[in-house]
Formats: sequence, C-alpha cells, structure tokens
Amino acid sequence: MTTVGNVDHVRNGFDPHEILNDWDLGTVTTDANGRRVREYEITAVDIEIEIAPGIFFPAWAYNGRVPGPTIRAVEGEWLRIHFTNAGSHTHSIHFHGIHAASMDGIAGAGLVGPGESFTYEMPAEPFGCHLYHCHATPLKRHVHKGLYGAFIVDPDPARHPEHTDVARARLLGTPENDTWQEFVMVMNGFDTNFDDENEIYAANTVAHEYMKRPIQVDRDRPIRIYLVNITEFDPINSFHLHGNFFDYYDHGTTLTPTLRTVDTIMQCQAQRGILEMSFANHEPGRYMFHAHQSEFAELGWMSVFEVT
Amino acid sequence: MIPASADHSVATKRGLAIGFPLFLLALVALAVTLFDPLARFGTGLPPDEGLAIERGTTEPNGIEVWVRGDGRDDVSIAQVQVDGAYWNFKQTPDGPLGRFEGALIEIPYPWVAGDAHHLTFVTSTGTTFGYSIDVARDTTPFSLGALFDLALLGLFVGVVPIALGLATIPILRRMGTEGMVFAMALTVGLLAFLLVDTLAEGLELAAEAAGAYQTDVIVWVVAALTFAALMALSRIGGRKGGTGGIALATWMALGIGLHNFGEGLSIGTALILGNAALGSLLIVGFTVHNLTEGIAIAAPVTRKTPGLWMFVGWTALAGLPAVAGAWIGAFAFLPHWGAIFFGIAAGAILQVMVEVIRFILALGRESTDSLSGGTAFAGFGTGVLAMYATAFLVQV
Repeated sequence: MTTVGNVDHVRNGFDPHEILNDWDLGTVTTDANGRRVREYEITAVDIEIEIAPGIFFPAWAYNGRVPGPTIRAVEGEWLRIHFTNAGSHTHSIHFHGIHAASMDGIAGAGLVGPGESFTYEMPAEPFGCHLYHCHATPLKRHVHKGLYGAFIVDPDPARHPEHTDVARARLLGTPENDTWQEFVMVMNGFDTNFDDENEIYAANTVAHEYMKRPIQVDRDRPIRIYLVNITEFDPINSFHLHGNFFDYYDHGTTLTPTLRTVDTIMQCQAQRGILEMSFANHEPGRYMFHAHQSEFAELGWMSVFEVT
Repeated sequence: MIPASADHSVATKRGLAIGFPLFLLALVALAVTLFDPLARFGTGLPPDEGLAIERGTTEPNGIEVWVRGDGRDDVSIAQVQVDGAYWNFKQTPDGPLGRFEGALIEIPYPWVAGDAHHLTFVTSTGTTFGYSIDVARDTTPFSLGALFDLALLGLFVGVVPIALGLATIPILRRMGTEGMVFAMALTVGLLAFLLVDTLAEGLELAAEAAGAYQTDVIVWVVAALTFAALMALSRIGGRKGGTGGIALATWMALGIGLHNFGEGLSIGTALILGNAALGSLLIVGFTVHNLTEGIAIAAPVTRKTPGLWMFVGWTALAGLPAVAGAWIGAFAFLPHWGAIFFGIAAGAILQVMVEVIRFILALGRESTDSLSGGTAFAGFGTGVLAMYATAFLVQV
C-alpha cells in the first residue's frame, strides 16, 4: 500500500523523475594555466514542499529543490561554487571530497549568514559518488530540512590506463557512457512532527513517487545508480532490488566493484556508492526496489523499474 | 413642596450616575479596538490543528474511525498510517475539517484478530494524531439479535441485582434505629464511592472527546446543575425536613438509574469494540457491585410498607437504564455524550446523598443512644469499603 493521491510537482518546482538525471554541469572555462574550471551557482532558500500527497514540509533547500542540484564534474577539474544564502538561517555547503581546511563549510570556513555569499573552491577529487550538505548547527535540523545533494566526480580515463574502458563508461558525454541509463537516488526522510523520527522516507524526496510512476528502463541498456544516503534519525538505510543482482562500488572511488553479485546493500548516513545492473536477460515487467527496512518502504521508500 | 428645578437636578444626577459608567465602558471598548493590544500576540502563530479521534472499530472490510476537527484552524487529513505504513483511506465527507466537524475515515486494512493496531493521521502540515485499537475483533453489526443480547445483558447487570438488593428489606426491618442509622450511613458510603467513580468516568471520557468542547468543564457544570435542579424538584412539595421514605427511595432509584445508564454505556462500548473479555468482566463486576445499590434503595423504606408495584417501579427506574445504556454504548456512542451523561449521574447521586444524610440526622434526633455518630461512621466506612471491594471486579 502507498500514500493516497498525487503530489503537485509543478507547485513544488521539481519532479523526482527529473531529478533522476538532470546533472548540473556548471559552466566550464579554462584558466591561464590551461586548467579546466567548473563554476556553479547555488542559493539556499526557505521553501514549502509537498513531500507526500497533501503533506507540506517547511524545507530549507539548495536552488529550491530537495535534494539540491546534482553537481557533476570530471576528476582533476577545479571547482568554484558560488553560494548565496537567501534563507532565514545561517547555512553552508560542506563537500565530501578533498579540499582545503578553509573550504570546509563549517564555522570559520565558509559559514554564510542570511543575505551573504561565499565561494567554495576545490579540486574535483577523488572520482566517485559523493554528497554535499549544510554543516551549520544544529546539524540534524539543517540536514533533515533538506540542505543536501549529490556530488558526482567522473573518472578521467587518461588517469586510469589500466581501466580506460570502465572510466570512459563512467565519464558523462562519451559514447561508452551513452549506452548506460544513469540515475541518481538520494535516500532521505522527513520528520514532519518534530519528534526526531521520520514520517516520510523516500528516494529523491517524494514518498512512493517511483511506485506510482515507475522509472522506465530499456532492458538492452545497463543501469547505473548513484546512490546517496542522507537519511536523518536512522543509523542506516538500504537498497534492495527484486529479481536481479548488481555490482557495488563503495563511494564509487574504485573502477572495480567492491561487492559483486549482491541484491541488497546498506549505507550509513553519508555513505554512498554506485550500483550497476542489467535486465538484458529478464522478461519485461515491473521490478521493485526499496529500502529493506520494511518500515521505510511502507512509509515511502518503495519504487519500481518498468523494464521494456 | 420641592421646587421643580430641584426635582430636575436630582433626575440629572441620576442620569449622570447611570450614564457615566456606561460612557467609561464605551471609551474602554473604543481604546481596545483602536490599539488592539492582542495584535502583537496573534502574529506568527503556527496553525492550531486539532483532531479528536472519537471511535474506531474493526469491520469486515477494514477499520472505521470517527474523527472530529478540534482546533482553532481547519485540519486536513493528508495521509493515514496503520501500524507504521501508509494506507488507502476514504474520508466522508472529504475536505478539511473545521472545528467540531466530524468525518468517517474508512481504511481497507487487513487487521488481525486479537492484535493491537496503531493508527497515525498525518495532516497537511505534517502534524500527527495517534489512535490505538487495543484488541481487534469483529465488531458486532447492528441487528435485532444484537439488540436483544444487549438487552439481556442490561437486565442482568441492572435489573437483577437491584431486585436482589431490594429483597434484603426484611433483614433491614429487623434492625432498630441504630441499625437504620448504620444502613443509611452505609448507603451514603456506597453513594460517595459511586459519586467519585462516576465523576472519574465522566472526566476520563471527556479526555477522549474533542478538546474544543471543553467536556471536562461541562462534566462539572452538568453535575452541579443536575444537583441543583433535583434539589429544587424534590422541594416542590415544600417539605422543610427534606425527603424521606418512599420519596427518598424513588429519588435514590433515579440517581442510581442514571449511574447504571453509564455502566450500560461502558459495557456496550466494550462489547461492540470487540473486547469480549473486558465486557464479560464488566458484567460480572457490575452485577455484584449493583447488589449494594438495591440495598441503598431499600434502606429508607424499612419502616414503611410500600406496595409491591413500588418495588417493581424502583427496580425498573434504577435497573432498566442499563439496557438503554448498553444499546447506545454499542451503536451510537461518542465520548462527549457519555461524559455529559456521567455528569448528570454525578449530580443525581450527590442529591441523593444529601437527602440520605438529612434522613440520618433526623433518625439521630429520635435516637437516645449517644453512639449514633460512631454507628454512622462505621456504616459509611463499610459502604465505601464494600463498593471498593466490588469495584475490583470491574477493573478495566
């Protein structure tokens, strides 16, 4: 059973189906040293979003959406993220990646008051599937209100001669990458009544959205999922796929799987990874995937692939 | 002779004396309107949503819940969780619920007999309201057969023990004045326990009712009004010494009848919500408990010789309401009505207590034995203890 009714995505200003693969590639320039520089604009705002039919949540959001924009870059590039805080509280962006202490997004290193701005600069390293989130205190509140997003760094094939093909398949824009169906799924939850427990669980915010409107997939193309867990209040979340097994790359920082042929993985808060699977040998139909905590599934984190 | 002008000036002074406070009042009202001192406190308030969940039953096709808007603002039920899972539901009528507006929520949930089920109503703002069905069981559908069964139960709980209690009258008759004092004091003890118990029941139901009704206050107000009204009614004849004998027994039967109506409500509700174990315990308990109520009615008439039909009448007056209570409790029960009813019963019981105490005082005057006070105390204590002991059988 699922939630009753439908969410008004137009009113929300974002649709979980669009979030699946609307990468924010920023704007690319080359600096004096010939280094590629990628620049992004992110603004924190207070916004009310519908997280399940008829349930409105007073969120804090990057660029008006939860999760925030999926920042995607290429290993070795220089990143410049221009952050403006248009919200009512102090916010920041803390990137899970390699960067200087002064770019940490904590007190004294890029904490931004309402109406103020800051530019975070760092290399796009290491390659993998990462996340960013607000690191203002109280931390729990700033995180579960919605200030987080996925941060993907594609490997540079030139730097991985032993796995060039794998790296090229990960690198957005290559013909090899084009054969893949890529989705980002940020597992999150919402505490609507302030009891430090979530009333809603989801992948990409809206409860049961991919259950009611299945994700369409082509059985002849493999699937790659960038999975991020930012669920607050529960120590772990998980991903379980029906009728199939997948390879898993913990944190996405390797080009060979860290787990092979599994159908369930679990992630602690802020843990993430890349899942790769194929339905090539399967009959067409609906294949469910969900958190294998039944509670989370029945409170919204339950979805299906419609394989055709 | 008073000059006309002086007369006129007195009238003017009178007019001023009346007009000045009114003028001041108008001035204050104007000031409050202009400066609106409350405005500062009313801004930025979050919506005040309230939802009273009045009754939940497990039906063949799922769970049915009666809810009522209970806050300053409208409340919209956005989603319903059953046992921590979002579930389909249908609200009739649908839409936001204003204050006091009721609706029926039907949830096609495959509930498990004998299990507890927890419901959570999530509103549009994400506020949650919980409700538990302690033991799920088939809710008895409304039918003539069910009415008949409930009537039998009501008779067993209400009428039978009252009749048995009244049958103790030959024993009561053998007692002298001291014995009478003891019996009457015993009655006061029984009634005192009943009064506290009735008020507690009423307040407990008030807590379940929509808070906006302020049912807890209503319980007290209704009790006080009932008490005053019955006192006034019983004095219509103009008796100075208060009621005694047959009239007192009748008032007592009425008060106890009102209380038994409440007991019927409890039994009917317990049975219809599938709690058979609780229902049968209540039945046994109330039956034993109510024996003492029959004795209470008999006590004031030990020196009279009322006709048999009087006994029948008292039995009916005190016992039959249990049948009506069981019916209403089973099929039409909402907590605020129950609470109001217990308030009425409390007022009636208090009135009877006052009458009985006056009766004891009158007996005491005719007694030459200085031990009357001690006897009365012993009787009162025995009464309270007897009720307390039998109340063990009706522990919920």
